[in-house]
Amino acid sequence: RQDVLVLTPWLAPIVWEGTFSREILNSQYLQRNLVTGLVTFAVEKYVQFVEGFMSSANKFFLAGHHVNFYLFTDSPEKIPHLQMAPENDLFVIPVQNHSRWQDVPRSHLDMLSWYIQRQFQHEVDYLFCLDANVQLLAHVGVEIIDALVATISSWQVTPQHQDNHEPPPATPGGQGDFHYTAGFYGGSVAEVYELTRACSEGMTKDRGNGDKAWWHLESHLNRYLLHHRPTRLLSPEYYWDTEL
Amino acid sequence: AMARRGKVHYLPYYLPCPEIFSMKLQYTEEKLIQLFPQLFYQQPRVLAPKRQDVLTVTPWLAPIVWEGTFDPEILDSAYRPLNLTIGVTAFAVGKYTRFVQRFLASAEQYFLRGYRVNYYIFTDSPSSVPRSPLRPGRTLVTVPIQRFSSWQEISMRRMEAISRHVAQLRRHHVQFLFCLDIDMVFHSPWGPETLGDTVAAIHPGYFDVPREQFPYERRSSSAAFIPQGEGDFYYGGAVFGGSVEKVYELTRMCHMTILADKANGIMAAWQEESHLNRHFLTHKPSKLLSPEYIWDDRKPKPPEIHLIRFSTVDKNYKEVR
Repeated sequence: RQDVLVLTPWLAPIVWEGTFSREILNSQYLQRNLVTGLVTFAVEKYVQFVEGFMSSANKFFLAGHHVNFYLFTDSPEKIPHLQMAPENDLFVIPVQNHSRWQDVPRSHLDMLSWYIQRQFQHEVDYLFCLDANVQLLAHVGVEIIDALVATISSWQVTPQHQDNHEPPPATPGGQGDFHYTAGFYGGSVAEVYELTRACSEGMTKDRGNGDKAWWHLESHLNRYLLHHRPTRLLSPEYYWDTEL
Repeated sequence: AMARRGKVHYLPYYLPCPEIFSMKLQYTEEKLIQLFPQLFYQQPRVLAPKRQDVLTVTPWLAPIVWEGTFDPEILDSAYRPLNLTIGVTAFAVGKYTRFVQRFLASAEQYFLRGYRVNYYIFTDSPSSVPRSPLRPGRTLVTVPIQRFSSWQEISMRRMEAISRHVAQLRRHHVQFLFCLDIDMVFHSPWGPETLGDTVAAIHPGYFDVPREQFPYERRSSSAAFIPQGEGDFYYGGAVFGGSVEKVYELTRMCHMTILADKANGIMAAWQEESHLNRHFLTHKPSKLLSPEYIWDDRKPKPPEIHLIRFSTVDKNYKEVR
């Protein structure tokens, strides 16, 4: 690929179609006998997306490899019967509703770190978090597997944003390499644990300071990734916001 | 140590020393935590690749380090706080001790400036190794080794010697290690952009050549055999490295395959370089260094090479071997 940046200034690869051979990567992944988990939150009206999400994820997310799908939901009874591929496992985890919508993101982070500590770390090596309101349209394979992985926000490559457009101030002072989306991120279980803890603490701190956007996960994610640079970046191909 | 002429010698079989197999590493895995302090610099542009003339990522997503692909400041800010010590092994046997002075002097100027470095000079005559003063945080240790009759034998025994030495290192001594040829000189900075789990360098003579022409070992009776149609790159034996654990693994495995060949009375086409290439085909490096890091001064510099960092010293091969 000669039209896009494939390496960050700190030498982390940026994954675009055409930069990798899934065959080679698959054999490396299999050599290491790894298990990956995918976390999704389907609460309140997001429950309607579960069927579409799960059927596409089952088909396209690390197809052929053992994946544990962890589905957090406040209405487990509304989850339809889902046909899982033989190598995959689905865990439906019931969660409580929150009266205030601002409390939701942080509670999700706290639940996630709780479950990582209690359960996930013993079951998987790598963990990814993906928004429920998406559908996978093509294979997302082992090219995503690395210690700390973030996805470049799709706004950075839309035509009107191409030339030196100011990013929304996700980080103070206009610092930042890339703007990452909170819709798809992950890494090793240890790294994801650190990330969720840090973001949750950041939210608590900002809320105490009276910051109006204290609950905004994407800001905290970007702030964290500024100081803990990802070891691999996924191009916007991996999380495309069709509203743009 | 780039181009070597000479017949292939079939060396007699010898029994491997049993102690190698029971040697274990003295330490266990440790995760390096990376924290990046605040830095202000130009934002990288997603649609503007830095180098369009060369491949900068392998098909298994390992970076290929070329000038322009990395920001030395960002990397320094990441690695300096980790208080690392980087080891360098180099072999100065027989007449090759004459290269030590220039190697060290240039390394002091260009190799991982500002970091703690331990030079391990493997030699049969420690007294011939010059002891010039080094910068703070840098030390030199001579490791005595036996001198063998032929330069090929000396070359191949390097894997054995390195793995034995690494097995004795403690984790707090050294975290990363580079194995370099001594008859070379640093000309430009060699920094933390080179650090990684397993690091190999692309041979300057073969970076623009189809794999059919790579001088892999092509005899199927050798343990270093790579059949036609296979191969990613041709890596040079003069530069390789990585984390101490991975270097131990790789030198040990190469030593095994070299022994297997010995038992079969065969010596690979380019000695341990052939075995190294065989190893890196199945255990792909996590980072590649462009030929900037392993240059041959006799070659004319192509436009893709913006900077020569480490290169051969011109020498009379007949005289030195």
